[in-house]
Amino acid sequence: MTANGWLQILVYLLAILAVTPLIGRFMTRVFARERTWLDPVLRPVERSIYRATGVDETRDMHWTEYAVAMLLFSGVSMLVLYVMQRVQQWLPVNPQKFGAVTPDLAFNTAASFTTNTNWQAYSGESTMSYLTQMAGLAYHNFASAAVGIALAIAFIRGIAQKERDSIGNFWVDLVRCTLWVLLPFCVAGTLLLVSQGVVQNLRPYDTVTPIDSKEQVIAQGPVASQEIIKEWGTNGGGFFNANSAHPFENPTPLSNFVEMFAILAISAGLTYTLGDMTGSRAHGWAVWGAMAFLFLAGVTTVYWSEARGNPILAAAGADQTTTALAPGGNMEGKETRFGLANSALFATVTTDASCGAVNSWHDSFTPLGGMVPLVNIVLGEVIFGGVGAGMYGILVFIVLSVFIAGLMVGRTPEYLGKKIQSYDVQMAMLGVLVFPLVILALTGISVLSPTFGLASLSNRGPHGLSEILYAFASGTGNNGSAFAGLNANTKWYNATIGLAMLVGRFFMIIPTLAIAGSLGRKKRVAPSSGTFPVTTPLFASLLVSVVLIVGALTFFPALSLGPIVEHLLMNHGQVF
Amino acid sequence: MNITRNLLIAVLMTIATTILLGLVYPLAMTAIAQAIFPDKANGQLVMREGRVIGSRIIGESFSSPGYFHGRPSAAGAGYDAANSAGTNLGPTSRNLVDAVKTAVAAAQKENPSAPVPIDLVTSSASGLDPHLSPAAALFQAPRVAAARRASEADVRRLVGAHIEPRQFGFLGEPRVNVLELNLALDEQWPIRK
Amino acid sequence: MSHAKQLSIWDPGIVRGAARDVIGKLHPRTMARNPVVFVVEVGSALTTVALLRDMTAGRPGLGFEIQITFWLWLTVLFANFAEAMAEGRGKAQADTLRKARTESIAKRLIGPSVGSGSNRTPYEEVPATSLRKDDVVLVGAGEFIPADGEIIEGVASVDESAITGESAPVIRESGGDRSAVTGGTRVLSDWIKVRVTSDPGHAFLDRMIALVEGAERQKTPNEIALNILLAGLTIIFLLAVVTLQPFAMYSGAPQSVFVLVALLVCLIPTTIGGLLSAIGIAGMDRLVQRNVLATSGRAVEAAGDVHTLLLDKTGTITLGNRQAAEFVALDGVNERELADAAQLSSLADETPEGRSIVVLAKERYGIRGRELADKRAVFVPFTAQTRMSGVDLNGRQVRKGAADAIGRFVAANGGAMPVNLQAIVERISRSGGTPLVVAERTRPLGVVHLKDIVKGGIRERFNDLRAMGIRTVMITGDNPLTAASIAAEAGVDDFMAEATPEDKMRLIRREQQDGRLVAMTGDGTNDAPALAQADVGVAMNSGTQAAREAGNMVDLDSSPTKLIDIVEIGKQLLMTRGALTTFSIANDVAKYFAIIPAMFSATFPVLMTLNVMGLKTPESAILSAVIFNALIIVALVPLALHGVAYRAMTAEALLRRNLLIYGAGGVIVPFIGIKIIDVVITALHLA
Repeated sequence: MTANGWLQILVYLLAILAVTPLIGRFMTRVFARERTWLDPVLRPVERSIYRATGVDETRDMHWTEYAVAMLLFSGVSMLVLYVMQRVQQWLPVNPQKFGAVTPDLAFNTAASFTTNTNWQAYSGESTMSYLTQMAGLAYHNFASAAVGIALAIAFIRGIAQKERDSIGNFWVDLVRCTLWVLLPFCVAGTLLLVSQGVVQNLRPYDTVTPIDSKEQVIAQGPVASQEIIKEWGTNGGGFFNANSAHPFENPTPLSNFVEMFAILAISAGLTYTLGDMTGSRAHGWAVWGAMAFLFLAGVTTVYWSEARGNPILAAAGADQTTTALAPGGNMEGKETRFGLANSALFATVTTDASCGAVNSWHDSFTPLGGMVPLVNIVLGEVIFGGVGAGMYGILVFIVLSVFIAGLMVGRTPEYLGKKIQSYDVQMAMLGVLVFPLVILALTGISVLSPTFGLASLSNRGPHGLSEILYAFASGTGNNGSAFAGLNANTKWYNATIGLAMLVGRFFMIIPTLAIAGSLGRKKRVAPSSGTFPVTTPLFASLLVSVVLIVGALTFFPALSLGPIVEHLLMNHGQVF
Repeated sequence: MNITRNLLIAVLMTIATTILLGLVYPLAMTAIAQAIFPDKANGQLVMREGRVIGSRIIGESFSSPGYFHGRPSAAGAGYDAANSAGTNLGPTSRNLVDAVKTAVAAAQKENPSAPVPIDLVTSSASGLDPHLSPAAALFQAPRVAAARRASEADVRRLVGAHIEPRQFGFLGEPRVNVLELNLALDEQWPIRK
Repeated sequence: MSHAKQLSIWDPGIVRGAARDVIGKLHPRTMARNPVVFVVEVGSALTTVALLRDMTAGRPGLGFEIQITFWLWLTVLFANFAEAMAEGRGKAQADTLRKARTESIAKRLIGPSVGSGSNRTPYEEVPATSLRKDDVVLVGAGEFIPADGEIIEGVASVDESAITGESAPVIRESGGDRSAVTGGTRVLSDWIKVRVTSDPGHAFLDRMIALVEGAERQKTPNEIALNILLAGLTIIFLLAVVTLQPFAMYSGAPQSVFVLVALLVCLIPTTIGGLLSAIGIAGMDRLVQRNVLATSGRAVEAAGDVHTLLLDKTGTITLGNRQAAEFVALDGVNERELADAAQLSSLADETPEGRSIVVLAKERYGIRGRELADKRAVFVPFTAQTRMSGVDLNGRQVRKGAADAIGRFVAANGGAMPVNLQAIVERISRSGGTPLVVAERTRPLGVVHLKDIVKGGIRERFNDLRAMGIRTVMITGDNPLTAASIAAEAGVDDFMAEATPEDKMRLIRREQQDGRLVAMTGDGTNDAPALAQADVGVAMNSGTQAAREAGNMVDLDSSPTKLIDIVEIGKQLLMTRGALTTFSIANDVAKYFAIIPAMFSATFPVLMTLNVMGLKTPESAILSAVIFNALIIVALVPLALHGVAYRAMTAEALLRRNLLIYGAGGVIVPFIGIKIIDVVITALHLA
């Protein structure tokens, strides 16, 4: 670990801190339909969309209608993406003449992008036409992100309002989020990334003649416009197979910084929006603080573990000492321009969020370094989290924290004046149950099958278990990053991970919306000194404990047979 | 609640937003990028003697002793820029350890005097890493110097001149662009074919 | 009180009874109500089957399996034992109550029952159990009142010690606020006619018995929510353990059913699961011990949530009666002379005010009580017409009373009131006191300042309540001036002066509109609507039947300060649940460190690095964790029954304290406990 490495991590966190209130306030205004400086340009576009689609922007929805609208939109757009992949060979903008995507892979990919997972069982540059990338995949980067943010806003409304049945209009939230929150940043971000060397073209792949080898085909494409929404919407699906490690997706440390910044900016901002809309900014900051703590704990562990390196490789004669001229540490699967600190930081950021973009391969991390991304995911990606998904995810944990805290101070638990009752606890537990159920059950089945399960492994021993566990965690958690040694493009994994993604997304959302609806109908109880305050460091630390206990305790047995035992074995020099 | 109505909206909304976000936005961005940053937007292709020899930011394969070699690559058969990939081998993988052992042994044969920098014997994430750490480049200086019949000190100086510092003095890691370094080698100590 | 005697936690009778009940509770239908313990029972059954299989197969070395199975069953029994203990305590109290419900004969009136004005009315003798609502019965001296009811005629002194424990008889009469009588109490003198207000089995005493026995126990809202949380956690851990087997098989270390069940039982929240119903029953029990009867557990929980307490001034904040605080003599009158006259006029005045004048005279001027019988004194009692009282003694006519009444008395005797007397009277009134003017025939002497005396320690009590976030509002019929001065002295947050029942109702509604929960006490029939509206309405047992029906709690002691105790009990109940839940979950950390390395150390010896407790063998480690898990339930039974210590402090401070004790403590304690058990069973060569 170097001082410069820590400086970069610190600067990153400060940048996120600085942008939190700006984006947060902006989103409050956007979703409260207050005027913003972008209105002169965007308001006409918004109106014409409503006209074209027949949306009545004055109508508010009950939570069930909100959920139905969300499901219909997700369903229709998922179907379109499936069809688009299946017929891409007949569609234009396909200079490489890629054929139809196989049905299981097309299903998996459609589920993946609709659920904001962006798990990639395919290799972008050898499977998808430019049209599919732009109008299919990148489009869903916008749509799924907007859906997530809309849901988070609906939830916050539920907390903020009192004795109302409706929680907003899904279509309006969707459109306003797209136009105001997503699009403007992406326009500016695209150009910034192109200035760093991210490509943006529609040309066929270039065949070049290198000076010391025969031939090289260089994949091209409209990358920058997709790259920026990939991070800004915490999607994570790379244009290329190597994702943000590819020099055309992420050519410089600055582009790397911009991409990492884009991943957490909206989610951090939403903590402020939470405080802003519910009238308790301090609460928003307390949540931010809890998240920042978990973020720092994660990045420290990864950075420390990767810098410590792999004793087996040291024994093999590789020098892992960090000097001014040498990165040292564990450089397998990492890019030279990013080194250890930026790889550790990116891995933490992308799994804190449900992004899944990677600039280094988590599969090749040291066991503990690779365990942190895995743990981040199984905790529910609530450390800032995916856009929207992180917010409604942490709100479920907040409900549980407040419930336990409320009992311990001798009152019926309240959250920002809303009583937490058995219905809310029931829905919260349903949401929490989805993760272990899907992840552990599917992993359990897979590791027992030598044919469809284990045949896909590229690593044996405890690491193999980690690969499968990570795959289902990533799918269910809608992350999309991978221990990519696992060949997931098989019928079994395409089908099961595809289902895991759908269940992980929608079975999480529906109980969450139910809580929002239930809270929205309740009275707001006036706070008193007998109410447990949700604005203090004590609350933040309780929240951290609940997140860790609910997440980590469930997965500790699995982790102990995966990364933990692998770490101990690695120290003993054992290989598989 | 009117499900049919919401279904109709869902269909129309998908169409409208696909046009806006899936076509208008990326095509407009392509047009603007091509106008403002034509070189960057097209991959910074490098021309030499009228031929495109590669991209400045995509690594390519070097195997002759007179060139600096990039890092091991798992992209296709090695530096296949249409098949970016890493090895994805875990830390306790026998394959990984064997590969590193082989690479270390080869490296030590060329330059027994220095420790073998880790990045020289491990694969990059993209398989297309255009860079080496300064240490990994300097480690190869004796071999390159011998092949180019240049003094090792001069080669080391050339490497030194090609070290890209951290961006803004703190972002990223110091590194050497292998293609640019090798082009400079060819310029300074041409290999007679 | 007689029945709710403070029972020791380990009262031998109760423990014996509980031990008997334990087995009966093993029936799966009973167990299924408690998902956590049910899972343990299923797990125990599973290991038993596996054990029998291994035994018939004649596998050697079954010591570990036998012990695990034994302790798993013990865990179930301990959880049942906790519940049985709580129920046993309730039963012990119920038994005492039942004695009061002895089969008695009732005199049911025949024909027109009211208005005869005498007890010579035709009646028939029927068993008390056959009485129905609206029957009218006659109860004479020495007879038990056969059912709950309302006096429609007559007045009697009643011994209510059976339910209140208070041995002094109380007066009950028709009309007004003291008309309700309770079945099982006894008329000491006179006779009354009572209209029965409840059918058999639903009488006050029956409800009370049912409640303390836990028979009618319905889960409270928070208890249901907590149960869902615990069930959810149980499912999660069930998943974690069930799927561990495939992972273990992948790793080449498949586990036996004994080890897996042991891990599962250790992880699921058995501690709180086993103690949860005991905590609820014990909460009700604590309430009964303080002579409060709640109609539902829901009401007890609501008490913990109360934001606003409406407290009657008289009896709660001030001592029931005003007391003499000062003698203010008129010009030219010796203060001692005034005191002497005032004392003289009060000697026969048995009202508390009168007594307090005698006491003050003695304290201030050493004026002793005098025996007046021999001095041929004639006492003039207070009447509503004269509104004064006094004594005629040896030609002296001493009177005390309201200023205008005394003014008329002096004027009638040809005297006049000095001007500055009016000033003194007004000054005392303004300060919230009651002026009592003393005069001797034509000569006004001065004024006795009667004051409401704020109860000692009440101010501190209110400060505590404020810290807990509870607002106190004093309700009084006094004028605003008086009310303000008492409110300031007592330290309540707000007051309502000249309060009518409608005002009270409005106040409650307003508070509830703002999302606050309101608690109040009341006794009169006109309190009934407000009692019903309030979230916690505590009716005085001495009050009317209407009030008792409207409220959701009845205070048998009829003590107005009881409301504060009730709030504390409500809070304590929730806190105990929260604290033990936290403790239970926090325990899992240590159990993982005990069991996981033990499970896999054969395959991966490096995992012994995680054996931070240095447990001797894998078997002893797993066994120790299981034993700890079982014993901790028993160890925490007293805590569950007593409730966690309650302190009046802010929620923030309270949470910090409880997190430290039950959260951090919950992490640390099992590390120590499991290590000790490991040492012991290793020394005994059990594993």
